[in-house]
This record gives sequence, structure tokens and C-alpha cells, in this order.
Amino acid sequence: MTKVSMTVNGRTVSGEAEGRTLLVQFLREGLGLTGTHVGCDTSQCGACVVHVNGQMVKSCTVFAQDVAGADVRTIEGMANADGSLSVLQQAFQDHHGLQCGYCTPGMVMSAAALLKDNPKPTEVEVRHHLEGNICRCTGYHNIVKAVLAASGQDVSKIAAE
Amino acid sequence: MHNFDFVKPSTIAEAVSALSHEGAQALSGGQTLIPTMKQRLAAPGTLVSLTGIAEMQGVCLGDGGLHIGAATPHAVVAREAKAHYPALASLAAGIGDPAVRNRGTIGGSLANNDPAACYPSAVLASGATIVTNTRTIGADDYFQGMFTTALHDGEIITSVVFPIPEKAAYVKFDQPASRFALTGVFVAKYAGGVRVAVTGASQDGVFRWREAEAALTANFSPAAVSGLTVDSRHMIADLHGTPAYRANLVKVLTGRAVAAAS
Amino acid sequence: MPKDGGIGASTKRREDVRFLTGKGRYTDDINIRGQLYAHFIRSQVAHGTIRKIDTRDAEAMPGVVKVFTSADFTGVGGIPTGWQVTSRDGQPMLEPKHPVLAEGKVRHVGDPIAVVVAETLEQARDAAEAVEIDIDELPAVMDMKAAIQGGPLVHDEIGSNLCYDWGFVEENKAAVDEAFRNAAHVTTLELVNNRLVANPMEPRVAVGDYEDHSGQHTLYTTSQNPHVIRLLMGAFVLSIPEHKLRVVAPDVGGGFGSKIYHYAEEAFVTKAAQILKRPVKWTSSRSEAFMSDAQGRDHVTRVELALDADHNFTALRCETYANMGAYLSTFAPCIPTWLHGTLLAGNYKTPLVYTNVKAVFTNTVPVDAYRGAGRPEATFQLERVIDKAARELGVSPVELRRKNFIQPDQFPYQTPVAVVYDTGNYQATLDKLLELSDHAGFEARAAESKARGKLRGFGLAHYIEACGIAPSNLVGQLGARAGLYESATVRVNATGSITVFTGSHSHGQGHETTFAQVISEMIGIDASQVEIVHGDTSNTPMGMGTYGSRSLAVGGSAMVKATNKIINKAKKIAAHLMEASEADIELKDGKFTVAGTDKEKSWVDITLAAYVPHNYPLESMEPGLEETAFYDPSNFTYPAGAYGCEVEVDPETGKVTICSFTAADDFGNVVNPMIVEGQVHGGLAQGIGQAMLENCVFDENGQLLSGSFMDYAMPRADDVPFYSVDHSCATPCTHNPLGVKGCGEAGAIGSPPAVVNAVIDALHRGGFTHVTHIDMPVSPSRVWQAMQG
Repeated sequence: MTKVSMTVNGRTVSGEAEGRTLLVQFLREGLGLTGTHVGCDTSQCGACVVHVNGQMVKSCTVFAQDVAGADVRTIEGMANADGSLSVLQQAFQDHHGLQCGYCTPGMVMSAAALLKDNPKPTEVEVRHHLEGNICRCTGYHNIVKAVLAASGQDVSKIAAE
Repeated sequence: MHNFDFVKPSTIAEAVSALSHEGAQALSGGQTLIPTMKQRLAAPGTLVSLTGIAEMQGVCLGDGGLHIGAATPHAVVAREAKAHYPALASLAAGIGDPAVRNRGTIGGSLANNDPAACYPSAVLASGATIVTNTRTIGADDYFQGMFTTALHDGEIITSVVFPIPEKAAYVKFDQPASRFALTGVFVAKYAGGVRVAVTGASQDGVFRWREAEAALTANFSPAAVSGLTVDSRHMIADLHGTPAYRANLVKVLTGRAVAAAS
Repeated sequence: MPKDGGIGASTKRREDVRFLTGKGRYTDDINIRGQLYAHFIRSQVAHGTIRKIDTRDAEAMPGVVKVFTSADFTGVGGIPTGWQVTSRDGQPMLEPKHPVLAEGKVRHVGDPIAVVVAETLEQARDAAEAVEIDIDELPAVMDMKAAIQGGPLVHDEIGSNLCYDWGFVEENKAAVDEAFRNAAHVTTLELVNNRLVANPMEPRVAVGDYEDHSGQHTLYTTSQNPHVIRLLMGAFVLSIPEHKLRVVAPDVGGGFGSKIYHYAEEAFVTKAAQILKRPVKWTSSRSEAFMSDAQGRDHVTRVELALDADHNFTALRCETYANMGAYLSTFAPCIPTWLHGTLLAGNYKTPLVYTNVKAVFTNTVPVDAYRGAGRPEATFQLERVIDKAARELGVSPVELRRKNFIQPDQFPYQTPVAVVYDTGNYQATLDKLLELSDHAGFEARAAESKARGKLRGFGLAHYIEACGIAPSNLVGQLGARAGLYESATVRVNATGSITVFTGSHSHGQGHETTFAQVISEMIGIDASQVEIVHGDTSNTPMGMGTYGSRSLAVGGSAMVKATNKIINKAKKIAAHLMEASEADIELKDGKFTVAGTDKEKSWVDITLAAYVPHNYPLESMEPGLEETAFYDPSNFTYPAGAYGCEVEVDPETGKVTICSFTAADDFGNVVNPMIVEGQVHGGLAQGIGQAMLENCVFDENGQLLSGSFMDYAMPRADDVPFYSVDHSCATPCTHNPLGVKGCGEAGAIGSPPAVVNAVIDALHRGGFTHVTHIDMPVSPSRVWQAMQG
């Protein structure tokens, strides 16, 4: 076991990690931040996406020790300071961009990374960006709509409003 | 997965030293190695992370073309190679997904030499040079069959140098599940001739399609390859495509890459 | 306009805030002090005899508490089957034992052989490699037809791989054959309904806990129906009486059928926790899910449609081989029979239908209900054979369907396959579909595609499903071993807020929002005053759970029934307080009034009176305001609709792109349109996934070739378009109080044939007229291969 420290959602934290301890295990089991989920073991589904030094990564495919000292943000750190939902989170609720909620943290983290780099993405760009986040419930319709809405674009003309 | 000791050197020399120990293995972005370790199909005693080595990072123009540090993530190549070698940047922008591109590296991809990976096609079509801690290896000598390369145990790729072509394009046809290349074709036109490299299709890994190269060197247009046939022997057969289907894709994608080359 | 929070309003989901902030509580988020971790050692061969299991080295490894084998489960029952089907010869189906851990033989890749329980999960996994297992591999039987023609036996003790041979309607067989002899035209199609893996994004998890001093067991599990698990596991597997067994299904990350069933891992952790006197947790990896979650579909079918000279359908004849896998999962036998054969009339007047279904054991992962369950298979064969018939006859697939529809004035309609459709209007959904999909503009779009070198096609499919499962007395006659009612307890609290305890389980469907909307509408209080509780057998009444698009139709009806009891009692209290006749009391907007007077009592006045009964008719009425109701439906509900798909095929690569997908559904009344549309979207993606991407494949030795997301193609955001969905053509259900039909499965049922019909249409328009069918998934490789001839 090695002591690993990092900043998570603005707080400096530390915990024990084996070499094989994945970042997602460090977050979920070490820190009790269970909002980050594990949906596969081949780095495909994206339920575990978090931000490391501002970039989205799959926390199931990164060793905790490899990101020692990093600035990590998880779904638990995405709401506004007063606890209210961020614009992106609110758009997911407003447009029914989630059902069972399991892929949702990864979706939000992934979409947030997109909007940081590309504040007004097209539908095609949103869909392409989300190719590493699998959702089995929504058929993606309302997720894509929520991301477009969060970017300030008019989604009222999208089918089945 | 099996447990291991994790070390994260900050120089190439430290990494080479760490890798000289029995059971040590290099870890780059880990986007392939970590899933493999989860299946307990790889069990290194020590994992040597290469992500903390500053001298292995970055994209810059230099002698012989575009130099890319081996530990440079795909996302950085996609961004920083765009002005110099847009086809290469575009290839990098299409690997995996955005999260994978933030971790996965060019060196890791080349060291693994997955037969469906994208980068080997760019390296081979560009006639790029693989620079390691001990030597340089030409692309034509580097790839030696699927998951097999000219690298020795403990040898680390430190950078890759890409001669910049007049025109080039990479066209990838996604395997629908993994999003690796079911087949991908990289076409690069240099003053000395055209090189065409194909990934995803062959049981022998990335290969050059010499007939197309000759035809395209004579006439760089999609029509030049339309009359060629692709030998489907040695093509991969799996759930997602037969050898004949892959052979067809090689030809179709080559034509499209020529049409798209810029 | 519906009032906000009431019936018909697109109320935002209250569930969302916890999920959007990482505060959901899924089973894997539960960790109990002192908990151990279980790792299952699963068979790597599809068929074999277990010669030896040596656990000694593993048990000596760090952290290992015990390694379990079937020897530790000798006093335990097999995993039961919830439905018995009777063969054509009157014999009951063959029902081999499904042990918790393999006994003597392994029968599919993934069959659990032993379990290591250790202090940490990694210790359990490390020790698993030290368990020595010696298996003599046997030839695997994979092909269904070979399996029943002398192939190796999956279960030696039952002497056959044929689970049952079912005919329906057996009495019609001769008449059907006669109709085929007299037909002016017969269209025949052989097809495969591909095997699918449900893949809810949350893998299964089970945590067992045991309280030694009280003998109380608790199982936390990823289930769509905790009471069903309690019943099956308690009564049939572990012999634990209900009062000593609590089953909790907290937030569940999707199910799609795969979390209906009682699984060995649930029984294991429950029993192991008792043996070890410590909590035991098992979390499935995705790779493990691919070989241990029950899978879906896997039918091989020959379908024939007979038509007369005027193109009226005169008979339908089908023969299906249905893969059961290696063991019978909980509801497996009823899927290819009662949920499949009874839907073969579709939306049509076909007077005669006969289907023969042979259910077959093979050395594969068990197969059971997956979103739609039997109805997608019925719809696919019917809608594909109709399209093929139209092509053969040179008539429009649209008009051939329209001509054969059951007419709006024919309801209730007795089909030749037992069920009675209560309402419907298939012409209306077809017309709506053609309008929404701009069918009139199709030719122009096709020309535009052609100019770009692409082949455009349009595919239509109609569907009908039997939902709101199910009338208990009817399904009892058909072989169900459970009732299929639903329950609700409505507890009005003293200050007027309401807590509803429902037997339905929500794992994405949004019951916490929609059920509250129903209560809000009925009583006239704000929806925020209503809390919906589900998922815990210790506080909810016995309920049968969520599947078969039944929650609102059956569970909602139970809640309405209980709420009506509440309202009736509240009116009695109001009548007493206002010294009026009960018959004159009206409830509106949360206020009780006396007709023709200005007397008025608020909802809270009444609820307080019920719990502080100082001025209360105690001689005639009990205090309190809490009612429970069980609702058993008198019929199924019959959602139906018309689906249209436009595709473009790249003739050089065979790649199919979905340009548009339109759904016109009749779900009856709708409580929350936003949620209903979301359900359809999700179903469409799963149906499009089946049609274009997903395929669970084993090789001839029974090895799983599509065992991860690297090879099993899940639909991604860039595989699908924005959908156009509509549910305005509503004919309310006639026999439940809300007039609702259910919407959860429709998308997955109607979309696969629409996609395939569109691809065939595109190929024909492109001149590839030799292509009459392509099996799903219509992958680029398959489409290209078909085009080569």
C-alpha cells in the first residue's frame, strides 16, 4: 500500500492504494464518492468518466497512483456552490436526459468536458463526443437534446418536443 | 488484476533503469494494457508509468518532419499536429473516444501494435521513424506482425518522426462495437511516391498495399485503384467481417482516402 | 391543459436530482461493516464433467474465509422456473434442475462452479486462481435442430434436449393447413431472431446479510421485483419463511427484463452470509454479465402467410425453435409461447393462425424475457413476411397492411389466438405515421440520396403487444406459477401528506414522479405532498414488480383503487364534520364541499380528524386513513402502433445509416408525456440495436465470441438519429381505471422489422432485387455480402 494524495472536488484528500488500485476504486471505496460508476471492464461504457486536471478520463482505466497530486473532479463536485444544479445538470432534468441514472454521472462529466472546449456544438459533434458513453435507457435523444440546450441553443424544433 | 509495484519515473533514463528489472513492464496511457490486466491476461511485477516523463511529451517540427513525443496523448496530437499534418491529426481525433484520447498515447499504440489500431497505418504510410532510447527504427522494419514489433525487452519508444507528405488522408471504417478500425487506410503522397498502409484487415497486422502505391504514384486519383483487386487471403475473419468484406473495404477506403487527401 | 404535477403533465422527474449529483444509491454503493467479497469461478468450457475441485491451496491464501462448492449447497433447492408449458401431446415440459453451483457437470460457459469468499475482492480473485478444477470437456450442443436430433444431452437425467413441443392453436392446425392448400398465394420466410444481451448499464450486484440472534436474512439485490425474489428464493431454494427474509432492491440501473429473474448469486450470498455470519457481497463485472445474465430472443423461425386472390390474409403458419440455453430461467418457458403465439394475429384480421414452438436446451447461457419478450419475435416474423408478400405480389406494403387491418368498429376483437383486443385504431396510427414521416416526400429524398450514390429505403412495421401483465386466473390456466396482480398501500399522514407503498419497482421508469401525479390528480393536493416508496419487501405490500409494461396499468390501477378507498373514507369523515349526507360530499382541488351549500373542509381538516379523532364517528368507523388494494387485471392491455424507418445504404460498404425513425403509438391515456416519449426513445434504440448492431454469438464449442463491449455492439449516440414519436392516436384501455396501456416495450417491439424492411426496400430500389431477407443484425458486412448475390 502506498499513500496517495490528490485534490478531489476542491478538497485535498489522501488514502491508501495498491499498485493495482484504480482511480475509480480510490474514489468509490476509499473516499466513498459512489457517484462515479463502473459499467464495464473494457474501457467502453464511460459510466466512470471523471475529470483529471480538467480533462475527461475513464477512471476505471487509470491507476490511482498514476494521478497522485492531480486535480480530480467527480459528479459530486458538479453542482453550483449553493447546491443547486448546474446549467448542464438542470438541462438533463429539464429534457429528461436520464432514466435509470446509472450512466448519468459519466454522461454529465463527458458533456461538461465537451462544452468547455466547444461551447456551441452541433448535434453531430455532441453525438460523436458521446461515443464513449453508453446509455441503455434513453436512446440518446434527450441526452443530446439536453447537451444542446445546456449550450444555449434552441432545441424546441427537435422532434417530439 | 494481479498486484504490482507502481513506479513513475520522470526521466527516460530512470524509466529504462526501472524496466531493466525482471517482470517490469512499461505503462503508457494504459487504455489497452489496463483492461488486459483486469482479465489477468497480463501480470507485470512492476509497472513503469511513462506519463510523467516531460521529454516524451509534445508535438513539434524538427529535422525530418513532425516529432511527436511517444507519451503524447491522442488528443494532444489531434490538436497540435493539425496545422502541420492534418491527416495525422484527424486520425488521432478518431481513435477510441474523447476519454481514451486524453490518456492513450502514440507510443503505447505503436508498442502494442494491435492489428486494428489506427496509428500503425499512419506510421507505415508516412515512412516514419520510431525513435527509442537506444536507436531509430524505420517504419518498414518496425512492424513485424500483429502485436509484434522490432522493440527489444526494456526498450522504450521515446518519439516518432513523421516526414510531412504533400497530401494525405486516413479513412477508417469502424468496427461497430469496439470502434477500432474494422479496416483503415492511410494514403500519403510524397515527392518520391505514394505510400498506402492498411490496418484492421490483415492477420499479419498493418501492411503496405504495394499495387495501389504503384498505381497511385503514377496517377493520384481514386480511379487509379478502382481496377485493382485485393487479395483476401490472410485477411481477418471475425464476427464483424469476412476476409472478402475486408478486402472490399481496403479498396473502397483507399479510393476514398485518395479523394479526401489534402 | 393538464395541471402541473397532475395527469397529462410533463412533470420533471423528482428522481433526477439525486442521480445528477451522484447521490443515487445503487446496490454496489451499499457496504456493510464486516462485509466479505465473493468471487465466482465460472466454467470456461460449455459442457463438461467435473472430475475434481480442490480448494485447499486457495483456502490457505491471504484473506480467504472459505471456498464454496456445490457440496456446501446439498440441502438447497434448485433455481425454480415460474411457468410450466404443456406440450402438444399433453405432457408437461421437461424441467431439469438448475443448481446454485454446478453439480457434477457444467453446461455453459459461465456456469458457476465454486465461489471464493475473502476479506477483499482482489484477495478472492487472487485465490480463485489457486482453486484446482479438473473438467473432462464434453462435446457442446449449440445448434437447436441438431440438439433435438440426437445431439449430446445437456441434461442426461431428462433424456432429451427438447424442453417442450407446443402447438397453438392446436385445434386450428387442420384448418390452417387447409387454408394453405386453398391459398392463391403463399409467402414463406425463414429467419433468425438474433440472441441479445440485455446489458443494463448497472451490472448485477447482490449483498447478503444475516442477523444471527433473530435469524433475519436481508438480501440487497439489483432486481425489478424484490417480492418475486423473496418468494422464489425463500420458498423454493433456501427454505426461508417470508417473515425472516427481507429483499431490498434500491436504485437499480436498468433492467430490461434481465433483472426479473432469481439468480444463483442471490441465493449464494444469502446462504453464505448465514454460514459465515458475516455480510457477503458479489458485484458482477461486465464480462461476467455476458455469461451469467439471462439473455434474450434467439429464435429460428419459418413463417408462411397465405393470401386469397384479393390479397386478404387467410392463414398464418409458423414453426419456431426457441433456445432456452442450458437451464430454464425464471420465465423462459412462457416467452416463446404465451407471450409470442398469442400475438401472431398482429393488427390483422387473419382468421387462422397456427404456430409450433420447440423449446430446446443447448450449451449456452439461459435465455429469458428481454424488453418485449416474445412480442418482438412475433412482430418481426409477421411484419417481415407481410413485406415480402407485398413485394412478391407487386403491391404496396402500406396498402396490403391497411387492407387487412382489424377495423375500428370491430373492437372488442376476438383474435384466433385466444386474446381479445379491447380497443384500437390501426388506420389512425398508420395515417399519423405517414404524415409525420412525410411519406409523400420520400421519392424526392430517394432521388437526392441516389444523386449522392446512396440507396434510400422506407420500411414500415405495425405492432401490437399484450401488456399490463396479467389476469391471474388466465395465466394460471396457462401454466404460470404466480399471480400477476399488483398492490399498493396509500398512507395518508396526519397533516395531509401521502406516502404510497407500491409493489411496482422503478429502475428508470420514473414511478416516483408519475405515480405521484396520479395521486395529485385524484385528491387535488400538490404532487410534492406525495412520496412513492418501492423496492423493499419490509415496507411494501406483496407486489409482482415491473416488467411487461405493467407498472402503471396494473400497479397504477392498484394505487387508484386504494386511493378511491381513501377518498370514500375521507368523504365519510367530511360528512360527519359538516353534518351532511355522505352522498352530498364532493372532493375537488383538495377541498371537501357539501353540494348546494358553502360548507367546506380542507383535505388537511379531514386527515387531521382521521388521526386526532376527537370529533369522529368512532362507533361506525376506525380512525386513521390508510388503505391497501390489490388489483388483478381482467384482460391484457394492447398498445399498438405504426413505425416507419428511412435508411440509406452505402452500396460500396453495405453500411446502413438511419436517416429518420418515426413512431406513432397508441398507448391509451398518458400520465406524463415526457416520460412516455423517453420510454419510446429507449425502446427504439434497443430495437435499432437488435436490427443493426447487437448479436450474441457462440462458436461451435460454445465459447462466447461476443463477450464484451469490444465485440457486442451496443448502440451509441452516433448510431441513432433524433426520433419522431407521437402518441396522439389514443384509444384508452377499456378495463383499467386510468385507461392506460403501457409504453415500456413498444419501441423495442416495433422497430426491428421497420429497419430491416427499410434496408430490403433500399436494396430493391437500388436494383438488388435478389435480396429478399437479411438476418439481423443487418451489419455492413451482411448487407454487402447479400448484395454480392
